[in-house]
Amino acid sequence: MKAHGKVWKFGNDINTDEIIPARYLNTSDPDELAQHCMEDADPDFMKKARPGDIIVAGKNFGCGSSREHAPIAIKAAKISCVIAQSFARIFYRNSVNIGLPIIESEEAAKDIEQGDEIEIDFDSGVIKNITKNKEYRAKPFPPFMQDIIAKGGLMAKVKAELKK
Amino acid sequence: MGMTISEKILAAHAGKERVEPGELIEAKVDLVLGNDITAPIAIKEFEDLGVSKVFDNEKIALIPDHFTPNKDIKSAQQVKILREFAKKYNIVHFYDVGRVGVEHALLPELGLVRPGMCIIGADSHTCTYGAFGAFSTGVGSTDMAAAMATGKTWFKVPESIKFVVYGKLQPYVSAKDIILHIIGSIGVDGALYKSMEFTGDTIAELSMEGRMTMANMAIEAGAKNGIFAPDGKTVEYIKSRTGLPYTLYYSDDDARYVEIKEYDASKIEPTVAFPHLPENAKPAREAGIPIDQVVIGSCTNGRIEDLRVAAKILKGRKVHKDVRLLIIPATQEVYRKALEEGLIDIFIEAEAAVSAPTCGPCLGGHMGILAEGERCVATTNRNFVGRMGHPKSEVYLASPAVAAASAILGRIAHPDELR
Repeated sequence: MKAHGKVWKFGNDINTDEIIPARYLNTSDPDELAQHCMEDADPDFMKKARPGDIIVAGKNFGCGSSREHAPIAIKAAKISCVIAQSFARIFYRNSVNIGLPIIESEEAAKDIEQGDEIEIDFDSGVIKNITKNKEYRAKPFPPFMQDIIAKGGLMAKVKAELKK
Repeated sequence: MGMTISEKILAAHAGKERVEPGELIEAKVDLVLGNDITAPIAIKEFEDLGVSKVFDNEKIALIPDHFTPNKDIKSAQQVKILREFAKKYNIVHFYDVGRVGVEHALLPELGLVRPGMCIIGADSHTCTYGAFGAFSTGVGSTDMAAAMATGKTWFKVPESIKFVVYGKLQPYVSAKDIILHIIGSIGVDGALYKSMEFTGDTIAELSMEGRMTMANMAIEAGAKNGIFAPDGKTVEYIKSRTGLPYTLYYSDDDARYVEIKEYDASKIEPTVAFPHLPENAKPAREAGIPIDQVVIGSCTNGRIEDLRVAAKILKGRKVHKDVRLLIIPATQEVYRKALEEGLIDIFIEAEAAVSAPTCGPCLGGHMGILAEGERCVATTNRNFVGRMGHPKSEVYLASPAVAAASAILGRIAHPDELR
């Protein structure tokens, strides 16, 4: 699996209230949530972002609430991947569970700049910065999580196990 | 090598002699929680699984507390999903308006949270229950759905940081000030993925309410859980709430900690976390910021002890003419106690608005949304951009004492200014 797109860069501690403000949480419809993706971090984000684009952020991305609406909004906004220096733990878990590709890489998150064009190979974990002609290596997922991802998310895995 | 209290609880629930930090385990859960924001997604995922029943209809709690009493049609639809699911699967612990309270204040009152339990909740402040010597952590809706079906979940065993707090607290300094001070010192990712274990003679002196306030905010330092060793106060609280069994776990003397942090509590002042992160902790005395609104309530500080502190300061005084003070008892029991003790009378006399239990303004849901440029002092737990309303509004986190004093003076204030 590969992702290829333009980068939207964000800072440290981007929290779930910025990703999807609570004023929109009276619904769980993914498309409705997507309309407000990143709204309180960048009000024009959804006007500018194109399908396949990539979010690159600093440390502790997704901190705050447990709302799965945050990764759901990003996924439904057709963002192909989030790269960060580090992720808050509930966001990390939720992303794996729902199948939003996320990558932890301090090097990539620090070096990649706003507007860079990048390509990610999820199998090899190589992130190519086409604009800067550079390469970074991502930290691989632990095997347990690779299994969840390979099965298509947590519920697919649970379904398979319940059938046994 | 010994084990920490968190490791022991996780090992017991994974059916293992011992677990090591970093180890991935599958653990049985004793309680699965969801609210009106997170449970609808979990319920949809659960229904898609096609199983005929939940793992245990007495071990799931559905608490519609965020947008209730329903603020609009959409949120009414969300709660309807919970109500119908509870009926269909005979979920014992579903509480509707009139019985419901803010989840993390309500579940302990109901005796649903006991020492030694392993609890997950689709709400990040599920870490509150660590106050009782339980392992308790927030997860998302999908994890909740899977656990409702299987009674199990997966964990990476966290490393632990020990926080030793010693010394006598100064007047007006509370558990809230301690935790804001700690988060200020380690940052919002200072305990990322880790367990925060609180100990020391100051901690032993704290009430169960105070311990809940501190455990509640462990997530604001990125922690997986916050936890306190159970003691006489814990057992007394639990016995007053339930006859159900519990297990007391304690960290071994030679348990492993990645770090031990010490704090002299006598040096901690009434503290305020400035926008837009809980780590921006500063002494209340130095703030002097004019404010428009004050909120006293939430899963952090909406319990009876918090309302007593606020009432003591508000008694015989009036809220500043430019300030709206909202007081939200966290549960019906807290509300009734406040009535019986005459606290509600003091609040109304001071010209505060008192409402039914709800998370409401804490997350910018309803019941006190801020306009552009407005500033609020809140006893809640988060002050992110737009948290309580307009993206250009500001939230300052504080204790009930600082919040009440600020409401009277119209600016962020140290309560001793009123003496």
